Amino acid sequence: MVKKIRVLVAKPGLDGHDRGAKIVARALRDAGMEVIYSGLHQTANQIVNTAIQEDVDVVGLSLLSGAHMTLFVDVVTMLKEKQMEDVLVVGGGIIPEEDVPRLKKAGVAAVFGPGTPVDDIVCFIKKNVKR
Amino acid sequence: MGEKDTIKKIREKQADWEKKVYSKAVQENPERKQKFKNLSEVEIKHLYTPEDIAENEYLSDIGFPGEFPYLRGVHPNLYRGRLWTMRQFAGFGSAEETNRRYHYLLEHGETGLSVAFDYPTLYGYDSDHPLARGEFGKCGVAISSLVDMELLFHGIPLDKITTSMTINGPAAIVWAMYIANAENQGIKKTQIGGTIQNDILKEYIAQKSYIFPPEPSMRLIVDTFEYGYKYVPKWNTISISGYHIREAGSTAIQELAFTLGDGIEYVKAAMNRGLAIDDFAPRLSFFFNAHNDFFEEIAKYRAARRIWANEMKKLGAKNPRSLWMRFHTQTAGCTLTAQQPEINIVRVTLQALAAVLGGTQSLHTNSMDEALALPSEKAVRIALRTQQIIAEESGVTDTVDPLGGSYYIEWLTDKMEEETYKYFDKVERLGGVIPAIEKGFFQREIAESAYRYQKETDEKKRIFVGVNRYKLDEEISIPILKMDEKGEERQSHRLKKLRKERDNGKVQKNLSRLRKAAEGEENLMPFILECIHSYATLGETCDVLREVFGEYKEPAVF
Repeated sequence: MVKKIRVLVAKPGLDGHDRGAKIVARALRDAGMEVIYSGLHQTANQIVNTAIQEDVDVVGLSLLSGAHMTLFVDVVTMLKEKQMEDVLVVGGGIIPEEDVPRLKKAGVAAVFGPGTPVDDIVCFIKKNVKR
Repeated sequence: MGEKDTIKKIREKQADWEKKVYSKAVQENPERKQKFKNLSEVEIKHLYTPEDIAENEYLSDIGFPGEFPYLRGVHPNLYRGRLWTMRQFAGFGSAEETNRRYHYLLEHGETGLSVAFDYPTLYGYDSDHPLARGEFGKCGVAISSLVDMELLFHGIPLDKITTSMTINGPAAIVWAMYIANAENQGIKKTQIGGTIQNDILKEYIAQKSYIFPPEPSMRLIVDTFEYGYKYVPKWNTISISGYHIREAGSTAIQELAFTLGDGIEYVKAAMNRGLAIDDFAPRLSFFFNAHNDFFEEIAKYRAARRIWANEMKKLGAKNPRSLWMRFHTQTAGCTLTAQQPEINIVRVTLQALAAVLGGTQSLHTNSMDEALALPSEKAVRIALRTQQIIAEESGVTDTVDPLGGSYYIEWLTDKMEEETYKYFDKVERLGGVIPAIEKGFFQREIAESAYRYQKETDEKKRIFVGVNRYKLDEEISIPILKMDEKGEERQSHRLKKLRKERDNGKVQKNLSRLRKAAEGEENLMPFILECIHSYATLGETCDVLREVFGEYKEPAVF
């Protein structure tokens, strides 16, 4: 039996916009992945701990407040500190184009903006999952 | 509407027309879809005639503007008298930066202010709280104390301009800051006008910036109702909001039903406390979304007015102003595309036009770049100009409720009302609004609609120009608003200085008086105002209430 991809869909920071996160969570589940949804208002530390406890292959971060340069980078950095570099990190939300290269450099594998078909996210994860 | 004989003749003639004319035309030009459905999944017929609104009595169901049931508007002469308030929701970075944006908007013809707060402020944390990390001034302005409030409104005459503040969990505290700032300038409470959003139910349902559990939250809201009608009579003490419910993914019918349901819940809560409905109800206001389906949106606003007037009457309201459903509208942020951002101007124009044809009292038009970032000066100026063109060039403001009497619009208005009452019954069966929230009813309904909408977009059953059709393969290049990087540092310095220099004995005394009052049953507004006047910060004041009331946590479901 093929192991199912385990994904943590997480909402870092104080942002309460959860429409996108919930849609993506559901789409990934419908695509056969095991999805854990963090709920709202998670610190980077809480997200990384959940990722470890749940032994996930992918962390999907959603943020529409504009705090992505701090909070996405916090999550990626903490994952590295915990030797979890093999976890694929992707992100989405209201993210200016010019921030995307900097996020990628920090270790966010892909950034999905408004208007992304959910299938694109499913395909990207299936293709790039590292574990 | 119309004589029975006439209706009969129309029906006969229509049957004939369907057979001979319409079906022939369809054979020659097959229809583009098998079924035409609006965004609420209501099937739309090819034609509406007097028969579709035959049950409607003009005098009792439609009536005249400014008269019950207010379907055609709450004001008899609507925009022929005064145009709607052009109120752009704005806030970013520090109070000084946002103050500059307010002056810019007012210089360009804006007629009311609307404050967007950053996340720490929305949750009642000071800017230097650990949970504020990364969020300072990001999607609104950071306001941690009366000092920030003073800077925010520097040079703006608070007795002349009205201000709407999108604040919910800590609404009472931020309102106290506004009042205190006015008082310090010698402006009386009776002279200031504006709105606090103060709608916690839709926070639990959709927007999710709540602090306290439902019961103490409702108490705080009723406190503001009572304090408002007694001391700040020109203030709208709540803006019962469907906007965020819609943005979270609901349909127009769900937006309408859940919002009015919340409204009724607030009225009942205030009446249970012993407030007289005609004292507080005239200061209740509403806030709706203007989404893509043009006629559905117009019907929604019209239906909202009639339902509200009827429901308020049932609850015993006698003052006509208690029956008025006055509302603000914002065009739908969730319809903006990051792709080809300039075409958002066109979307916004259509959405804004729907709001105006629906009789809105004030309006925010989104800027074209908002799927990417907060709006640049140029983008927000174009958004404001869009309203000015509708107001002053298009001619749609020359008559009241110009679409009233349209067979389609009146039919759709009735239909939306009917569907709203079905939702009222469902919620009633779940035990009311708060039990339904606790059972996740609204949240699930919205998530379902949002998922369906996404699927239909992905499957191209719903067309999004520039996203799933007419795509361009180009780099998105649009200038993005840059914030002052020193803002956060200045704010942190300002807070430190404030905490050192103010009369801390007085602050502590006032905070403990607030704590005692919160543990009892008194109206908390005077105590909050005392804290704010002595320069207690937002976080300090909110922490007292957090300790007494506890915090709300929602179950994480998707």
